[in-house]
Order: sequence, then C-alpha cells, then structure tokens
Amino acid sequence: MLILRGQNAFEFYRTIYISGFSSFDEFGNVLFNATPLIFTGLAVAIGYKAGLFNIGCEGQLYVAAFTAALVGIHLNLPSFLLIPFCISVAMVAGAIWGGIPGLLKAKFGAHEVINTIMMNFIALALTNFLVTSIYKEADQMIPHTSQIHDTAWFPRLSGVIWFLPESNYLNISFLIACICVLFSYILLQHTRWGYELRLVGNAPEVAEYGGINPRVVTVWVMALSGAIAGLAGVADVMGYRYRFADSFSSGWGFTGIAVALLGRNHPFGVFAAAILFGLLNKVALDIELFMNVPRGLFLVGQGILIIWLVCQEGITERFKT
Amino acid sequence: MILDLIPSTIRMTTPIGYAAIGGIYSERSGIINLALEGIMLMGAYGYVIGAHASGSAWIGVSVGIGLGILISLLHAVATITFHAEQIVTGIAINLLALGITEYLIPTTERVPGLPDIGIPFIGSYSILVLLLPILMIVSHVYLYYTPWGLRLRAAGESTEALKTLSLSRAKWQYVGVLLSGIFAGIGGCFLVSDVHHFTKGIIGGRGYEALAAVIFGNWRPFYGVAACLLFGFASSLDIVDVLNIPDQLIKSLPHILTIVVLAGLVGRSRPPNALGKMNS
Repeated sequence: MLILRGQNAFEFYRTIYISGFSSFDEFGNVLFNATPLIFTGLAVAIGYKAGLFNIGCEGQLYVAAFTAALVGIHLNLPSFLLIPFCISVAMVAGAIWGGIPGLLKAKFGAHEVINTIMMNFIALALTNFLVTSIYKEADQMIPHTSQIHDTAWFPRLSGVIWFLPESNYLNISFLIACICVLFSYILLQHTRWGYELRLVGNAPEVAEYGGINPRVVTVWVMALSGAIAGLAGVADVMGYRYRFADSFSSGWGFTGIAVALLGRNHPFGVFAAAILFGLLNKVALDIELFMNVPRGLFLVGQGILIIWLVCQEGITERFKT
Repeated sequence: MILDLIPSTIRMTTPIGYAAIGGIYSERSGIINLALEGIMLMGAYGYVIGAHASGSAWIGVSVGIGLGILISLLHAVATITFHAEQIVTGIAINLLALGITEYLIPTTERVPGLPDIGIPFIGSYSILVLLLPILMIVSHVYLYYTPWGLRLRAAGESTEALKTLSLSRAKWQYVGVLLSGIFAGIGGCFLVSDVHHFTKGIIGGRGYEALAAVIFGNWRPFYGVAACLLFGFASSLDIVDVLNIPDQLIKSLPHILTIVVLAGLVGRSRPPNALGKMNS
C-alpha cells in the first residue's frame, strides 16, 4: 500500500518506533489512545460470550458521554463525590441504551444487531440535537457543550508517575479500564453469573434446562455491555476534552469489534489487543502528520485484519481436508 | 410546499431503494449483508474514478458496479466459502471500504452526471430514478415467478433443501450476494451522479438505512422499496421545517419505526428461515 504511493517503507517503520516507544511520553499516549478501545473491546467481548452482538457501542458511548458532561456541568461537588457520581450516572445511561435492544430481544425476539445499529443512529441524532440547540456554546465550528467543572476532571497520571511529562494525556481512566478488565475476568471465570452468561452463549438449550432464564441473561448482559461501552465516552469527556463535542468518537465502537476478535473475547486478550490498536492508532495519526499518509490506511488494515480473523478457522479447515 | 417534497423524496429514495433491493437478494439467499454501506461507498468511488477518467457517466456506472461486485465478492468468499461470521465480515468490509476511499482519495473535481429524463408534472430525473421501479418489478418477478428465484429463496429458507435436489446452496448464495453488490453499487453511483462530486461521508449511513428498509419491507422488493420511500420522505422533511420539529428527530423516525416493527408491534416481519445459518 505504501509503495503504491511511492513512499519509503523504512521511514514508515521508523515512525512506528518513534511514535510508539521512543519515550515514556509517547508510550503514555499510546496507553491513552488504547483506553477507550479497552472499554469498547470488553463491551463487545462480554456480549459475544453470551452469544450477543453489541454493535451499538458507538451509540452507548455517545449517550454516556453526554450524560457525564451534563452532570459535570450542572453539579459542583468536590472531586471525590463528583467523579464517582458522573461515572455511575453515565454508566446507567449506557446501560439503558444497551439494555433496550437486550430487552427487545428478550421480549420480542427482535435481533439485537439491527436494533443496536438503529440505537446508534438515534443516539447520534439525539446528542447532535442537544448539543446544537440547547447546550451549544456560541460560535464554535464543531458544536460542543461548555466545560465541565474542573472537580469532575480525571486527574492525570503524570502527577503520580514522575517520569511522565505533565503534558501527557494519560489519566485515571486507564486505571479504570484496567479495573474493568480484571472485573470482567473475575465475572466471566469465577462467578455464577459468568457461568450462566457463558452457558447461554454456548448452549442456550442446556442453560434453559439447567434452570437459567436466557432472557434475563440477555437483558443484563446487554446492559452491562452498554455500561462498559459508555465508559469509553466518559474517558473522553472527563479525561481529555472536559466537554461533550459533537462526533468526538473516531469509530471506537466499531474498532471495539476488531479488538474483541483479536483478543479472542478474553478480557486479557482484549487488553493486549486494545494496546496494539492504540499504538496503531497513534502511529496512523503520526504518519499522517509527518509522512502525509492518510488515516485510511489504518482502516484498511483493520478491515483486512478482521476479515482474516473471522475466516481463519474456515481457511484452515478447508486446507486440512 | 408539499409539492417541494416530491423531488427531494425521490432523490432520497433512489439510492437506498437500490441498496435495499440488493439487500433483499443477499438476505433471501441466506446471507446477512451488513456490508451494504461499504458496497455503496465503493460504487460511488468507482463512479467518480470511471467518470473522471473517461468523461462518460456510463463508464462511471460500469466501474462503480464493478467495484461493488468486487467488494461483495470478498463478503461472499469470506462468509460462504469460509463460513466467516457474517455480521462481523459485513462491518469489516465497511471499514475496509471507508479506508480505501480515504487512503486513495479520488478527484474532488466535478464529474459528469447521468442524463435526465423528463416526467410530466413531477419534473425531470436521472435515468436511474426511472430504472428503479422497473428493476423492482423485475426483481419481484425473478424472485417469485422463476425457478432461479425459487432456488435463491430456497437457499435462504433451508440449509438442506437445495442439497436434496443436488443443487449447490453455495452457488445460489454467491448469486444473491453478488447481485447485492450490483444493486448497492448502483445506489452509490446514483448518489455521486446526483451531486457530481465525491465526499468522504457521502453514503452517511444509507447502507444501514437500506438494511432497515429490507426488514421493514419484510424481505420483499415492493414493500422494501415502499419502506425506502417512507424513509426518503422522512429525510426530506427537514427542507420544509414542519411544525418546528427538530430535524434530527424527524431523521430518527425511520430508525425508531424499524425498532418498533422489529419488535412485532406493528405487523410482523419474518426473516428467511435459514438467514445467517451455514451448513456444518
């Protein structure tokens, strides 16, 4: 692809190294880039384990982000109250947005894929409406709300980790993401709920025979998935922009699908895959800046990778026999 | 005022109408096609390249259809031959198409459009607009009154039916998916030929909207296009500013309706039986 444009491939690899690993600063920003992807990747993976496709992460994170911004703008509490409050309200919003398709599936058998896609559109339209009419800050190119109170800002990790420069974006949302990874792992592998979830995903009939109601599981899994996806929006509002901006997400909800697939839907796998994608994402931005290669290359790579991953099993099967 | 809505409704309906017919072919053969968005994008992209290089709109349409077939072939190979997860493949193809068109951005110069044909009373429209109802009828006849249509539908209704007739299910699924490539590709071509140049977000979720119309229209060409007409009408309402309802709300109407229909609250929508199921 690069040679197609007559550019130097060596230069390309050098840029990857420089933008990813040349200093703690750069690596910190890689982790910062990976944070929303950890959330959306986990959200997709948890749904997938229960046999549900959550394509609606994008909508869930928008709704959650807007809710977080609203709370952050209107409430003025000390940090230790406001931050948890913002997070939980936003998670509830994400859970509702994810839970609705879950409920519709449980009650009417409506396919969650179409419904989550529709919910994406509705979320985008709704937040776009709110941010361009009611909560718009005057005369801005990209419509956005006013800033949230600084007590709702996520503290940056550069305050704790001395070798990170102060300008580094890495903040506690990354730690929350790590907690979510551990939480998901424990939930899936070591609790009764996780067992029910996996059973519904693998063998719904067996689950039903064993006294588990797959409908109930469908609803709470979708809600949980939505809540986690919502945290990706929270991370942006409270950890980076400190306001809700229209169309702020660069497709995190969809990249989350790739992350979950690459991570084999295992929480630790998702974590690793998200960091890889965070690195690629940052590299894509840097090469666009320094080498004038458009971001599209990253999307092409992502698309091909996903198709390869889902075909892998079929291909090996075909050539074995 | 209401009359102003007709041209806009028709222009909004045509691209999703084509994509919806394409989606019906694919889904009737049993393959879930979330790639409509990406196929439309490749169609639009092909049109610009072809029309710009040759100066002829028809060459543009051919290249657009060609690229549409090419990318839908990828979907077909992945899902039919390698049994890949259909939903995931579809989304991956959308990302791929977005990436390709962003990486190799085509010319932003003005490209020629398709010839217009006048219709009494409602104005003159691109030839593709007139072709849509014809192709809709042809698709209906093909699916319901020909043996080939019966086989294509059989592929979607049962994983075993075609096998018992010693016919290949995979072959008919390829037919279904490639037809969706042709139709969605034309839909993309229309979008560009209408505005004469390519922009990044030109499809703007229309592929997903078409998919919603497929479901809304119960997987049948007539109802599917009728659903597109409804969606097209809803998205052109913003030009008349009805009752001061915010247009984001009106634009969400089709999506809300789809959710309602899918829940079985208004009528019943029944997908092909073996949709998304592969033989083991």
